[in-house]
Amino acid sequence: MTLPEGWELVVGMEVHTELLTKSKLFCGCENHFGSEPNTNICPICLGLPGSLPVLNKDAVELAMRIGMALNCTIAPSTFHRKNYFYPDQSKDYQISQYDLPINSNGYLNLPDGSQVTIERAHMEEDTGKSTHLGGSGRLAGADRSLVDYNRCGVPLVEIVSGPDIRSSEQARAYASELRGILIATGASDGRLEEGSMRFDANVSVRKTGDPLGTRCEIKNLNSLRSLQRAIDYEAARQVELILDGGTVRQETRHWDEGLGETSTLRVKEDAEDYRYFREPDLTELVPDQPWQDRVRAALPPMPAARRAKLLERIPSATKAQEDAVVVVIDLDLEHFVNAAADGGAEISIAVSRAANELAAGIDTLSNLTTDAFTQTVLMESKGELSATQSKVVLGELLANGGDPKKIAAEKGFEQMSSDSLGATIDELIAKNPDEWQRYKDGDDKLSQFFVGQAMKVTQGKANGKAVIAELQLRK
Amino acid sequence: MKTAVEIANDVQTGATTAVAQLDAAYVAIEARNAELNVFLHLDKEGARKIAQAIDARVAAGENIGPLAGVPIAIKDNLCQTGIPTTCSSKILEGWKPPYNATVIDRLVAAGAVPVGKTNLDEFAMGSSTENSAFGPTRNPLDPSRVPGGSSGGSAAAVAGDMTSISLGSDTGGSIRQPAAFCGIVGMKPTYGLVSRYGLIAFASSLDQIGPFSKTVMDSAVLLEAIAGHDPLDSTSLPEPSPSLVSHVNDGVAGKRIGLVKELYEGADESVINAVMGAVAALKEAGAQIVELSIPELRLGLSAYYLIAPAEASSNLARFDGVRFGLRVDAEDVTAMMEATRTAGFGAEVKRRIMLGTYALSAGYYDAYYGQALKVRTLTINAFQKAYAQVDMLIGATTPGVAFKFGAKSDPMEMYLNDVFTIPTNLAGDPAVSVSFGKGEENLPIGVQLLGPGRSEASLYAAARVLEIADGRS
Amino acid sequence: MSPSLSRDDVAKVAKLARLRLTEEELTTFTGQLSGVLEHANDMNSLDLSALQPTSNPFGLTNVTREDVIWKSLDRDAVLAEAPDAQDGRFAVPRILGEAP
Repeated sequence: MTLPEGWELVVGMEVHTELLTKSKLFCGCENHFGSEPNTNICPICLGLPGSLPVLNKDAVELAMRIGMALNCTIAPSTFHRKNYFYPDQSKDYQISQYDLPINSNGYLNLPDGSQVTIERAHMEEDTGKSTHLGGSGRLAGADRSLVDYNRCGVPLVEIVSGPDIRSSEQARAYASELRGILIATGASDGRLEEGSMRFDANVSVRKTGDPLGTRCEIKNLNSLRSLQRAIDYEAARQVELILDGGTVRQETRHWDEGLGETSTLRVKEDAEDYRYFREPDLTELVPDQPWQDRVRAALPPMPAARRAKLLERIPSATKAQEDAVVVVIDLDLEHFVNAAADGGAEISIAVSRAANELAAGIDTLSNLTTDAFTQTVLMESKGELSATQSKVVLGELLANGGDPKKIAAEKGFEQMSSDSLGATIDELIAKNPDEWQRYKDGDDKLSQFFVGQAMKVTQGKANGKAVIAELQLRK
Repeated sequence: MKTAVEIANDVQTGATTAVAQLDAAYVAIEARNAELNVFLHLDKEGARKIAQAIDARVAAGENIGPLAGVPIAIKDNLCQTGIPTTCSSKILEGWKPPYNATVIDRLVAAGAVPVGKTNLDEFAMGSSTENSAFGPTRNPLDPSRVPGGSSGGSAAAVAGDMTSISLGSDTGGSIRQPAAFCGIVGMKPTYGLVSRYGLIAFASSLDQIGPFSKTVMDSAVLLEAIAGHDPLDSTSLPEPSPSLVSHVNDGVAGKRIGLVKELYEGADESVINAVMGAVAALKEAGAQIVELSIPELRLGLSAYYLIAPAEASSNLARFDGVRFGLRVDAEDVTAMMEATRTAGFGAEVKRRIMLGTYALSAGYYDAYYGQALKVRTLTINAFQKAYAQVDMLIGATTPGVAFKFGAKSDPMEMYLNDVFTIPTNLAGDPAVSVSFGKGEENLPIGVQLLGPGRSEASLYAAARVLEIADGRS
Repeated sequence: MSPSLSRDDVAKVAKLARLRLTEEELTTFTGQLSGVLEHANDMNSLDLSALQPTSNPFGLTNVTREDVIWKSLDRDAVLAEAPDAQDGRFAVPRILGEAP
């Protein structure tokens, strides 16, 4: 969406990601989504009197991986207590990094070439979860709430971007790229629907060239789609408010996915006084060079590097192919593409089939072997299968597995001989003299007309390239 | 009353049994507990099981450990599985922890038998045990006087011959001051020497668990049993328990001991006389005495009464009526938390929570809490400078002897009673109070020996010299 | 510097600390807390800008534990100690606002 002429959108993102450790940040309770309520609790995460936290080393290393993948400086850091009373916070304070975060001053390059700065990526603990009884089952109007502390103490990294994002599309691309990185580092499973990754967006608008406007923080963004919608809604709301002579109030707003609206959650004047101070029960974290080197050495390649590597195999890739490569890397499909290309198939076909057919069938991808994919794409590359037939074969392989050659035979996708194709083309030329004349006169677009007609009469058995070759023979 | 060392020896050799010692302890406790209010809870059944198991192991020829069959009293801010743990607060009344403090496990592993939980100033905030929600503890030496605090119950258990040893905790003097008032030995170990896991926190960066005993040797035996690295406490020192018992009789020949003006000036005359007597005894035993002034120590009180409440205000937030302990019902959760905390905490606890909340709040942090943390650095530097010249320091533990109930009704006046003990907590260093000489009405006086981190062995050796010089062999 | 403490300050702090004070307590606490803060003036008159703050006496670093799962507590035993519980969860009266 676009703002009125002369207006600019400014977005900074705060992304919380749960870390994929076995145990919680400060105790040995299992870090697991979906357990029976209050079964992963102990004196520490339950905040029982006398208990003390001890930092999970793997959580530190995953946080360092995130920092490295986001080009951050990794520095000595400390933990603080953020004090506020709330029933899902078992100690009534949250242990979080404050003025000295483990990761700071990084950046993230997006596939479109833009860059977003990363101010910091710090560690903190998650809270428990409340269920509300009475009323509508939501917080407002409930009579009573029930608290489950299984999530309390689960390790989080909060990644804070600079106010560098200028459109909701870019915000979405940032969130998506970040998700890819978090999955690649092994830090997160990236499951938005389970709350493993949660987005907050700081949104403001300004006349182009003006200083930054007052921002509102949008919470409860649980998907890439709601992120983009909420930013669009909020930007429009702020511009309209200003144009009507009002001023934007600094506040926290809640996104309602059903209503497609944001609404005030808290105004800044109500801001709590968190009384931050150094957590006396934890020691300073000073990752020395050998430790950092060890973590860095174990870091797998990031999506951007994997994309670049795959694109190296596709000389002068089109925009559509670049986009397809983004999808292939996002979905971790490049081993299919590489195997097919190594097996002699055309890589552009392999990329296209992976980004479309495999992406659509990702849930049953385990039915498909790289070998079966290679064979199918190879047949298509050689003209033994048309694009349509190739897609059908892949669909069958994804659904039930099997041997591509047998599937093609069963479906009657035997190769069309050039003799019978030639006869078909002759018939089509005879039936469509005007189109043939225009094609002969140099209107190349009409080749697609003949390919389409050929597909129709052969019921998809014709190979598009072979049709064009036959047409050129007769030109 | 036998010492812990003697009891352990008798139990191990079969001269007595752990059960007999336990029975004797309960007889002694019941004889005076109604009058003195030392114990809040007795775990007779659990203790008997532990004692019987020890006796069975002795019969089977096993070596039990340095505290074989020794009954021990536990300050009621240490968690023990299934045993009511209250911190002498209504907010925790009836709460039974589902886990043991590390020190409890270590005591039991060393053969000790925990007999019950002792009274304290609520959440260890106080210097007289008058702040207990369950009534004050009386000093066994003069029941019209306080036993000191906050570990008043544990000190009284030993002074009243109920148990030979007990555990307390010391945040600003809460072991040493009651030890002085009750005429016994109290050690505040180096911060991190004893695991704090299971100690209900007052001020996390200052709290340390430590021993009470009649003799220096018992103190060393007990500390050695509970000290050493614990992976459950991030601030626990990395090394295993130090060798202490073997150094108790090392003496002080050739040691340089600093007599610190700021650690006795302003005290009662009898107290100053006792400190000078102790200095003479140490000199007699071959130590070299150096008179020192460390003016920075005077700032300790101010820093302490901001840092400790600040940490406490956060540590005590979890007492909110949601997961355990008291709840006072109300319309909504915020009102419930307020009603619970208002009804559950006593006046001194509220005062310190308020003070700490204020010191940390926006706009005041730098002036109060931030400045106090710098004074802490100043104190540490001043001690380090002193320890570059001498091996240890000597001074008084308290400005006077045990006072009468209600004598210090103004909070600031009460806080000033901690002026000599607080600086070591700020530095994290060890200090021991040993009874030396007598003051008004023949009440005991405590002399304090202070050393750099991990110097417990030297402090015990010097304390042992004073113990002998004071007529206790 | 010595900002003096007012009754309003004390009332604000009590709210932050989730404590309810009577008018009488408010008066008493204002006086007593002011006394402690006044005593702290001995410290506040010093220029300590050259010193680093000390939060913990011994500067241990990098104390961590291995990422190993341990046995959690028995839920029923824990909930038996809770003031109120329902459906395997801790029950509380209605919550007025979202978490900060």
